[in-house]
Amino acid sequence: MHALHLVGYFEPFQLTWRYLFAQLVAGLTLGSLYALMALGYSMVYGILKLLNFAHGEVFMIGSYIGYFVLTALGGSANPSVPVALLLVLMFGAAMIGSGVLGVVVERFAYRPLRRAHAPRIAPLISALGVSFCLQQLASIFFTTQYKQYDPFGLSGGTLTTPFSIGAFQISWMQLIVILTAAFLMVVLTQLVTRTQIGRAMRATSYDLEAAAMMGIDVDRVVVFTFFVGSALAGAGGVMNGLYLSNTFPLVGFNVGLIAFTAAVVGGIGSIPGAMLGGLAIGLAKAFAIGYWSSAYQDVIVFCILIVFLLIRPSGIFGVPAPEKV
Amino acid sequence: MTVSDLPETPRAPEPGIGVDEWVARSAERILGRGGLAGQVQRRLEQVPAPLRFASAAGLAALIPVITSDDYLIRVATVTAVYCLLALGLNVAVGFAGLLDLGYIAYYGFGAYGYAMLSSSKFGVHWQAWASIPVVVCAAIALGFLLALPSRRLIGDYLAIVTLFFGQIFYILVTQGYRVSLLGLNKDLGLRSASWDVTGGPNGIANVDGFRAFGGTAQSDRAYFYIALVAVVVVFAALHLANRSRTGRAWRALHDDALAAQVMSMPINWLKLLAVGVGAAAGALAGTINAALLQGAFPDDYNTMVLITIYAIVILGGAGSLTGAVLGAILVNIGLEALRPGTEFSDWTANGRGLFYVTILLVALAKLRPWRRLSAVVAGTIAFGVVLHAIVGAVWPRGVHGLILNATGQFDHGGWIGWALRHWLVLPAGTYQDGSYKAFNYLLCLLIALVLCLTLVRGWRRDLLLVPTLWLAAFVYETRLVEEGSGATRFLLLGAALIVVMAARPQGLLGRPRVEIV
Repeated sequence: MHALHLVGYFEPFQLTWRYLFAQLVAGLTLGSLYALMALGYSMVYGILKLLNFAHGEVFMIGSYIGYFVLTALGGSANPSVPVALLLVLMFGAAMIGSGVLGVVVERFAYRPLRRAHAPRIAPLISALGVSFCLQQLASIFFTTQYKQYDPFGLSGGTLTTPFSIGAFQISWMQLIVILTAAFLMVVLTQLVTRTQIGRAMRATSYDLEAAAMMGIDVDRVVVFTFFVGSALAGAGGVMNGLYLSNTFPLVGFNVGLIAFTAAVVGGIGSIPGAMLGGLAIGLAKAFAIGYWSSAYQDVIVFCILIVFLLIRPSGIFGVPAPEKV
Repeated sequence: MTVSDLPETPRAPEPGIGVDEWVARSAERILGRGGLAGQVQRRLEQVPAPLRFASAAGLAALIPVITSDDYLIRVATVTAVYCLLALGLNVAVGFAGLLDLGYIAYYGFGAYGYAMLSSSKFGVHWQAWASIPVVVCAAIALGFLLALPSRRLIGDYLAIVTLFFGQIFYILVTQGYRVSLLGLNKDLGLRSASWDVTGGPNGIANVDGFRAFGGTAQSDRAYFYIALVAVVVVFAALHLANRSRTGRAWRALHDDALAAQVMSMPINWLKLLAVGVGAAAGALAGTINAALLQGAFPDDYNTMVLITIYAIVILGGAGSLTGAVLGAILVNIGLEALRPGTEFSDWTANGRGLFYVTILLVALAKLRPWRRLSAVVAGTIAFGVVLHAIVGAVWPRGVHGLILNATGQFDHGGWIGWALRHWLVLPAGTYQDGSYKAFNYLLCLLIALVLCLTLVRGWRRDLLLVPTLWLAAFVYETRLVEEGSGATRFLLLGAALIVVMAARPQGLLGRPRVEIV
């Protein structure tokens, strides 16, 4: 029977350390994925104050690109190139493809509105339309059937079989997801803190008009931000396919919602906040699935969002923005 | 003849110091609307509002008298339900400026509430005059409850929180067939381990029709009149509300919440009120829908429907009640025309007529002067005919395709089909399995061309318009018309949202908003 055990009432196996650690690893894996997505939301929001609903669909397209690279190179059972190279190619193609898609969406859906000084509600509705269009286009192009990544076939199934490190059980696939996400986040942090364009991004995020007056090409910064954020979403899409083994046209909607929650919890506009928020939401979700009920996992995520909005609307790392008149 | 003999043109005074120019020129802009459209508008405005309104309602009431076709009356009823939904959403989005993406939850709540109170699910069979007010009041309470935590939130946060509310409603409804007290039913000594409340993915079937005073509404005609009366009542109420003190306060909230607050308006209460009024209209629409379908099913209350309602409100013009009604009529009839195998698709030749007429109307409205318009139209026709001749000479099979007719069969398609087949290059076996893959690339090319169109200006745009129009027709005939029941309809809806936002953010009948920088 499906039980909602909130107090007491656990199965014996649920009370072992081994099970707890398994949830921890699963949560970290999911969390890295959400963190990558949340970064895209957070960076765009930080600069344009725009909630990019289409981000989830960019993620979806990224996971399809990964799938098509995988099939083009012979599928997961007997790929024509070494597995490591295959993974690198999948991630690379998905990141570039999604990045370009993000730039196209910005150029054609959001920039005209920015130029026209449209009311604030306009880009939101436009984003809703873009998201819906991309979903429908994906179901026209790729059909609505699930596309199987089939990661269990990669190098004879060794990637998905868990092995033990002490009490921890972890699979290579989970390690790949966590390490790739960590690597991308380190690269992003370096990019934002050490490079010229990163400094321009921070300045624009702080005050768009003032940055423009200081000679920063704001449009270029926005395009760059969309490219980087969407590329991270594309990488997340491939990870999602590798970890959860399939993809379909509506996959981005839910992940997008949850990643946005992660961005809000971490403090929207803050890069470390998005990473931390993503991990927190991933862990919360994994423990909710492991110890409570998989049907209501999103309800739990949502309750976290509500609590955060009530107690600390600016999130963990966010600075409360004074309203300027 | 002296200067004073000349007829005086109406002019607003020049804006002085301390007068906002946009406000000062408001009268001028309205007067200055020239041409046929301006004349029609001025004539219409001379008719008193109640008379205009009553005549429109009277015309609508004649529909079941003119036709006895069940399908048409059903479409009219669904359109009326969409009108109600759009009117309700218009309060939150148009009047108060709150982007409420959880609106679908109130619609679903109304349907499920009515289904629970008047069906054999729980053996409760309330009469309609009892269950509808109870459900509507409960929806208002739900609206207040949901708006409470989000009342401090502005714009985007509100949107995401309410979007989550919509999702949660869907999850609760699809999971609600196994509700228990934290899984402890057995421990608490209850007889059943879990209860079935919402019927889960199967929904609640066998819902009563509206019963009141000993009679039951059964025919489609009865539901049409019920829905029409509901639209009339809600429209009139909102019209009055819009002109009241509260309506003005909503507009102030919409334009600048901070300024409104400084002017001592209770903005939190105004937000709650806007959400509550919208929820009431949504729930009312839900009860009618549940009684009409004799059931409440989760998939009637998902994101697709939400996007449809948004498209209606945005297309009609947020903030305009007439716009909401007009939008509902346009969008719902458009969606019906694109659905294959219906009478509308029969009349419009499988949505084909609608597709080309829309393109022509947009061209008429946008391409001025008429020389430019005729050049583009003639160019497009010539482009297709020449291409057809070239392909026919090089590869005869390439022009032997058939077209999809309204009944889902392939044939020569009458005189429209003849014209289309001699204009487009339809290869033999166009619709065979697998051939769609080639057309997918053309769809990509079409999207790229449309995007390029927004980048170029002047004569280059007109030049690019010719192949784009032709390709749009080609892709429509070869690829999209087949998917009419699903993806294409919603793809066009989503595209409409983007295009309206970019080209005319105020919609068809909305007033352009002053952006104070």
